[in-house]
Amino acid sequence: MGSVTTSHEMGLHEEQLAGRTQQMFFSATEEENFTYPWGYEVDFEKVADFDAADMEIAEINIAIRDLMKSGHGTITVKNPRAKHSLGVGILNRLNLNFEGSLGYFGCGLIDGPNIHISGRVGWSCAENMMAGKVVIEKNAGSLFGAAIRGGDLVCKGQAGARVGIDQKGGTIIVGDSVGAFTGFMMQRGRMIILGDAGDNLGDSMYDGTIYVGGKIASLGVDCVETEMTDLDKRYLEGKLSQYGMSAPNGIDSMIKLTSGKQLWNYDNLEPTEKKLVL
Amino acid sequence: MCGIAGLIWKGGVTSDIGSEMTQMLQALKHRGPDSTGFALYGKGDEGVHVLRFKVAEQEEMKTGFDIHRLVIERKAAVDTRLAEMGAEVIEREDATEYAFRYHFKFDGDLKRLIDFIEDLDGVEILSVGKALELIKDLGDATVVSDQYGLKGFVGTHAIGHTRMATESDVDIRSAHPYWAYPFNDVSVVHNGQLTNYWTMRRDLERRGHRFMSNCDSELIAVYIADRIDHGDELEGAMQRTIDVIDGVFTYLVATGNQLGMAKDVMGAKPMVLYESDEFVGLASEEVAIRSIFPREIDTWDPYQGEVKVWAA
Repeated sequence: MGSVTTSHEMGLHEEQLAGRTQQMFFSATEEENFTYPWGYEVDFEKVADFDAADMEIAEINIAIRDLMKSGHGTITVKNPRAKHSLGVGILNRLNLNFEGSLGYFGCGLIDGPNIHISGRVGWSCAENMMAGKVVIEKNAGSLFGAAIRGGDLVCKGQAGARVGIDQKGGTIIVGDSVGAFTGFMMQRGRMIILGDAGDNLGDSMYDGTIYVGGKIASLGVDCVETEMTDLDKRYLEGKLSQYGMSAPNGIDSMIKLTSGKQLWNYDNLEPTEKKLVL
Repeated sequence: MCGIAGLIWKGGVTSDIGSEMTQMLQALKHRGPDSTGFALYGKGDEGVHVLRFKVAEQEEMKTGFDIHRLVIERKAAVDTRLAEMGAEVIEREDATEYAFRYHFKFDGDLKRLIDFIEDLDGVEILSVGKALELIKDLGDATVVSDQYGLKGFVGTHAIGHTRMATESDVDIRSAHPYWAYPFNDVSVVHNGQLTNYWTMRRDLERRGHRFMSNCDSELIAVYIADRIDHGDELEGAMQRTIDVIDGVFTYLVATGNQLGMAKDVMGAKPMVLYESDEFVGLASEEVAIRSIFPREIDTWDPYQGEVKVWAA
């Protein structure tokens, strides 16, 4: 490290010693921090498919896992028939196609795969996604992309209420309208809504950006309209063309929303500690 | 949690709604295994009412010997009172040992007749209608459907409910659907919790409405009955519930020829909608609709605060 003084050496992370945080610090040089040692080596050219019509949820997820184990990199699941919790917990490179619709919690807790769903998805699709890409051709239910941390989540139809609640990163794109409380407590990342937005859009958002192409029923607390820059426009153009989508009234008519940061009342002290000091 | 489902065949088309609703509710079993209820709307004969009533709870039947004698006595008392009011019973069926289905003809004041029968200790009328038949009991959809022989029930529309009891007891009295007493053919199923239940219940009770259970969902049925009594259309009455009733709810209402849905302003409870030219299906989860339409279909979630009504 040489002459660089790290924040750790400066004693800025004493809360770690006091056991008050669960945050893990890692060194960029250690390889195990970036790979899952239990990840499967898959070949995208190796193609497999199976019919899930008469299979139980766990059987389908195990079948996907088994195919990955045997090196299949492109898997197609036929007739998922809106079953819940399909394609969850995949921490691997993979091309996964669902020919049909998923129920609740589809593709949750994933890190890495590239998923395409030809039908619709129910509530909480791609919840807590870390990385990867999920593209849904039809509609999505409520809580679409709740708490995602990375990756691209695309719904070409309409989505329900509370889209991207607690979003911590990544990009959510919805081709049509979204319901109430979209972007509630959003913390980071970007959301692109090409249709209309329901009541309380971006309520109590900490940070992050929401772009809206249609009408907004009402803005939530501390969500403010900001100026659209050329950089934003270039970003939107690039991102939308990547998925063959376009703003219905053109990118120039889109609205950019961010946090007003009026609710940022952070204090270094916990309320209990404050009592001791004062 | 609770699961709700509804279906309606448009343009007067009839189908085996008994089997269809059984399949839909069986697919929602994981949302609530405590009890299952059906409100099925058949064709009905001109001038004939269908009466569904029970004279004991399923639990009570296991608790002693006296109840069996009581059941016979209570049923006889119902027969006597029906005759006294001048109702002509055409057909008597024993659905179970404690629940019965009567067909009767009656020209007088229906509310008076219903009140007179329900005045009997232990007797609860589940439904009275020209088209509506309301069946509810403990167990999952298949159990209840088999017990009451619902497979093969031909009709135009139906609503159903699988219950996870959170606000009141596990018994038939607290099971859905609720009949909007004393209105012919109006029934309600609900998923959610109502927070201003007691305030509204007291208000409705003062205006002479009867509550059979402590289940909050009954309030929706009674409130809609009250509004219809005041001359509201079904859709208008439902629109009012969005503003007046506090809490989280998604509910379905059916009348003799209509099916309606309403969702609270937060959109807190799920509802998936499938609509085609001849059929409308609604359920808490898409798996329920898929249980009768295994092929690829287009569905969407209605938004918060939405009210929709379809006609048979």
